Amino acid sequence: MPALVEPAPPRTKLAVEGLEAWFGATRALHQVSLSVPERSVLAVIGPSGCGKSTFIRCLNRMHELVPGARATGRVLLDGEDLYSGAVDPVELRRRVGMVFQRPNPFPTLSVAENVLAGFLLNGAHGDRREVMERCLRQAALWDEVKDRLHASPLSLSGGQQQRLCIARALAIEPEVLLMDEPASALDPIATAKLEELIHELKARYTIVIVTHNLQQAARASEYTAFFYLGELVEVGRTDQIFTTPRSTRTEDYVTGKFG
Amino acid sequence: MSGRRARQARDLAMTLLCGAAVVVALAPLASLLWLVIARGLPGLSPTFFVARPAPVGEPGGGVGNAIVGTLFMVGLASLIAVPIGIGAGVFLAERGDGPLGRAVRFTADVLGGVPSIVVGIVAYAVLVIPMRRFSALAGGLALAILMVPTLARASEEFVRLVPSALREASLALGVPAWRTSLRVVLRTALGGIVTAALLAVARAAGETAPLLFTALNNQYWNVRPDQPTASLTVQIFNYAISPYPQWHAQAWSAALVLLLLVGLLNLLARLASRDRVREGGA
Repeated sequence: MPALVEPAPPRTKLAVEGLEAWFGATRALHQVSLSVPERSVLAVIGPSGCGKSTFIRCLNRMHELVPGARATGRVLLDGEDLYSGAVDPVELRRRVGMVFQRPNPFPTLSVAENVLAGFLLNGAHGDRREVMERCLRQAALWDEVKDRLHASPLSLSGGQQQRLCIARALAIEPEVLLMDEPASALDPIATAKLEELIHELKARYTIVIVTHNLQQAARASEYTAFFYLGELVEVGRTDQIFTTPRSTRTEDYVTGKFG
Repeated sequence: MSGRRARQARDLAMTLLCGAAVVVALAPLASLLWLVIARGLPGLSPTFFVARPAPVGEPGGGVGNAIVGTLFMVGLASLIAVPIGIGAGVFLAERGDGPLGRAVRFTADVLGGVPSIVVGIVAYAVLVIPMRRFSALAGGLALAILMVPTLARASEEFVRLVPSALREASLALGVPAWRTSLRVVLRTALGGIVTAALLAVARAAGETAPLLFTALNNQYWNVRPDQPTASLTVQIFNYAISPYPQWHAQAWSAALVLLLLVGLLNLLARLASRDRVREGGA
């Protein structure tokens, strides 16, 4: 027996087994299987239309909200199958938060109310000023908005709005954070802030981020999954995917030969 | 160079034609306003707004009871029509893609095209005959039937304008679909829906035909739903067809009051929609 110096293997937070997603008769995902360790960042990359967004929308059961859409297979969150029928998708979405491609704050609520929207819209009242401030600080937005908490979120810049949406997702204390191209509508400075933020958030959350930006995937993630035409071509440690990919298609994509 | 001349000439001709079309379109409106103001204004006095009608030959008299009656019946109609109309609109926008939605939409469109006098007959058959009396309730019901289809289709349009990104944002926070519809979608569309409701109310306030044989008319004050009730429109009608010049003058003044009331409602609707635009553009 070797000495007990090896770190314990990271616990699996999310495991996907044989996931297939359909839009009507069209299959958007073919037999996807992978797992995400707790408190790590998985980047999902691939050309447009390869099923990246569909994949992460299956992880909080947002996919099935599209008329005619369905998913089969298993998605295990802490070992519990989200598609077993025993899981309530409304409860699930409080455990798996989501940030969308375009910032989508609620225009009828103030900045502060947006952060607490998960409580307010569910009819919960009470003073949650501390929660609001903590989430805005976590989202690196507090200093920029602390003097206009009651302003309309539409008065914020795009990057600020996106961080507001992240604060809103953090307020319901999810275990997993899904991000669907969160930086695609942001300028380089806002993008850099967002990446810094992701780096800090992974100490607490398990993050799955879809991105078109390969540098971003390389910088921000520990693991990378490459999708092509609805199939998971390759998944592994990010440095391995970018330096010694097993598949030639992955190599072609990460070296910029297509995509 | 001749090509350029010809082009400029065509440009001028089109500009003149369009300008003439604007004048022709605005002339009836301007003459209508002018006629109503010129003939109605002399009869207006503070007592005209608060007094009830006076018999022929007696000086004074007003349309106070008719103003109250119109507001009362439009209020009753709104109580019935606003929840049903908005509810149907939200249903059509959120769940209206199936056969039931198509049926509701078709019904609303057909109902919206029914002449208002026919709606009055229906209210007469449904309420006036069984109750054996004309009543504000029957008038309110007739107006409500007229308001529901416009409200439903307008609400549907405004709810459909709410970006699906907001719906998704709410659902992704673990907010159930029904709460999302109510607290995000409906709340965001509210400015537009309020505008639509005010316009529907303004339209109902100007209706005469459905009230003729439902609410009838009343020379006295009434705010009981089971009694005949005066309205500005029917009062104008009665005055206008009378043989007395004094009542004709009162009809013009009452028409001016009605115009002011409807204009005020339209103004409120514009203000409501402007607030919405400001909210969205800030």
